[in-house]
Amino acid sequence: MSLRADLEIIQQWIKPASRVLDLGCGDGELLHYLNQHKQVQGYGLEIDPDKIAHCVRQGVSVIEQNMDKSLDNFADNSFDSVVMTQALQAVHYPDRVLEDMLRIGREAILTFPNFAHWRCRLYLGLKGRMPVSEFMPYTWYNTPNIHFCTFKDFEDLCRQRSIKVLDRLVVDQTHQSRWFSGLWPNLLGEVAIYRVTR
Amino acid sequence: MSRFPADSVGLVTPQRQAFTEPLPLACGKALAQYELVYETYGSLNRAADNAVLICHALSGHHHAAGYHSIEERKPGWWDACIGPGKAIDTNRFFVVSLNNLGGCHGSTGPSSIDPATGKAYGASFPVMTVEDWVNSQARLADVLGIGQWAAVVGGSLGGMQALQWAISYPERLRHCVAIATAPKLSAQNIAFNEVARQAIITDPDFHNGDYAAFGVIPKRGLMLARMVGHITYLSDDSMGEKFGRELRNDQLNYDFNSVEFQVESYLRYQGQEFSGRFDANTYLLMTKALDYFDPAAAHAGNLAKTFEQLQAQCLIMSFTTDWRFSPARSREIVDALLAARKPVSYLEIEAAQGHDAFLLPIPRYIDAFSSYMNRIEVSP
Repeated sequence: MSLRADLEIIQQWIKPASRVLDLGCGDGELLHYLNQHKQVQGYGLEIDPDKIAHCVRQGVSVIEQNMDKSLDNFADNSFDSVVMTQALQAVHYPDRVLEDMLRIGREAILTFPNFAHWRCRLYLGLKGRMPVSEFMPYTWYNTPNIHFCTFKDFEDLCRQRSIKVLDRLVVDQTHQSRWFSGLWPNLLGEVAIYRVTR
Repeated sequence: MSRFPADSVGLVTPQRQAFTEPLPLACGKALAQYELVYETYGSLNRAADNAVLICHALSGHHHAAGYHSIEERKPGWWDACIGPGKAIDTNRFFVVSLNNLGGCHGSTGPSSIDPATGKAYGASFPVMTVEDWVNSQARLADVLGIGQWAAVVGGSLGGMQALQWAISYPERLRHCVAIATAPKLSAQNIAFNEVARQAIITDPDFHNGDYAAFGVIPKRGLMLARMVGHITYLSDDSMGEKFGRELRNDQLNYDFNSVEFQVESYLRYQGQEFSGRFDANTYLLMTKALDYFDPAAAHAGNLAKTFEQLQAQCLIMSFTTDWRFSPARSREIVDALLAARKPVSYLEIEAAQGHDAFLLPIPRYIDAFSSYMNRIEVSP
């Protein structure tokens, strides 16, 4: 079984037999992998019925709950890692979710698209329109992505809230790390994978 | 050859088991001897690890699936979920479904003869609790050679029994499936039960529960109780869709005697039909068992602590328009399981049918239920 490329990176940051909460766990791919290979006790939060059904079929513990409404039912420090992949830009209060992730878990692992990637800049700069691409195929008025940010923006938020960035991996759409994205990440990186803590 | 649908368990014959060892009860009394009537579907494998227990709700009984005769028009009450290839697949599982103690469908209850007096127990039948039922079910499991259930499954009051199993006998079940249920009744829930009880108790034919000695039954009271109960099983939406403000005879009569709205006619029919087949003392007893259910009470109200010894994996499901045991009540269970660090999955099924949804073949519900049950490992 080959894991989605970003999940492959994330799983390396998860300790065996630890407790993992996956916010917006999708079809449970990461948790299923972690259950099988790392004896992790994991739970996923999801709201899409089909994805929830897929989790149940895989034997992944899935809770039908909208993380955008509240995570109050999860106790402080009750998990080792709280993961959220490609969802930061889709929640109403990204800062609150981030705070919650670090309240619930010792560390948080997040991935999100970089709105300052050169292609976005070029699209907006030359066409004067909100970027639409294969990777972000939505029109501005009909998109789940309501809070785009750039790597710089995210790191600013972390600084303001005294959140430490433990790891940052900048990758392209296919989640490959390229040598040049290390030089100007905010210009050349399309997706970031962050590991943060208090 | 068979007239039954291919996914039916077909013809079933209830069985009966007598117990002679006294069963101590929560109320302090004991049942000196008693009988349980039950049905089974599928077959127990050699390892005896494929047994599933079905726990019934307030007005349920042992006849959960299949048919008692070729003439029977309607199959058992949970036939939508039990049968070959269904959510609880009888090709894989050995399913046991019983009538709880205090019931009126064959197990020892208020209308049974009390061996101490030679007369029907009537009002003297002890009040049963969910815990008592689970203890009696454990004895049935012993007799059937089932050391550990693959799963204990139930909806509503049945879900409470499934939870109580996981609490009382943690090592005796691998999975707990609790549907459309609650960790305890709310004041509103108890209030509705009390209205139902008052309807029965104040019926002149009730005779303090000893109506059998007078050769009558408190039919009116039981009918009213069922009418009130039935309202709580449906949603505003489903009632609206089914009946709206539809009239039976296209006109208002400006009196109090005629049945004018379709919903009135429906409720009366439900009440009347029920009062002819259900025992009033059993109804009282079932509502009390509901009211008393509160496993966290033994842990100062801390449900997570109550779940501490749990070994079973749990599947909790609720339905969006269920207002008897709303999704919020199921989430209380889920949150406590999360706090107790127990494996749990939770689904909130979009359904218009209210509390009754757990009995109906709603695609998303059945699909998830099947997926979960199919993953349960059993020996060949």
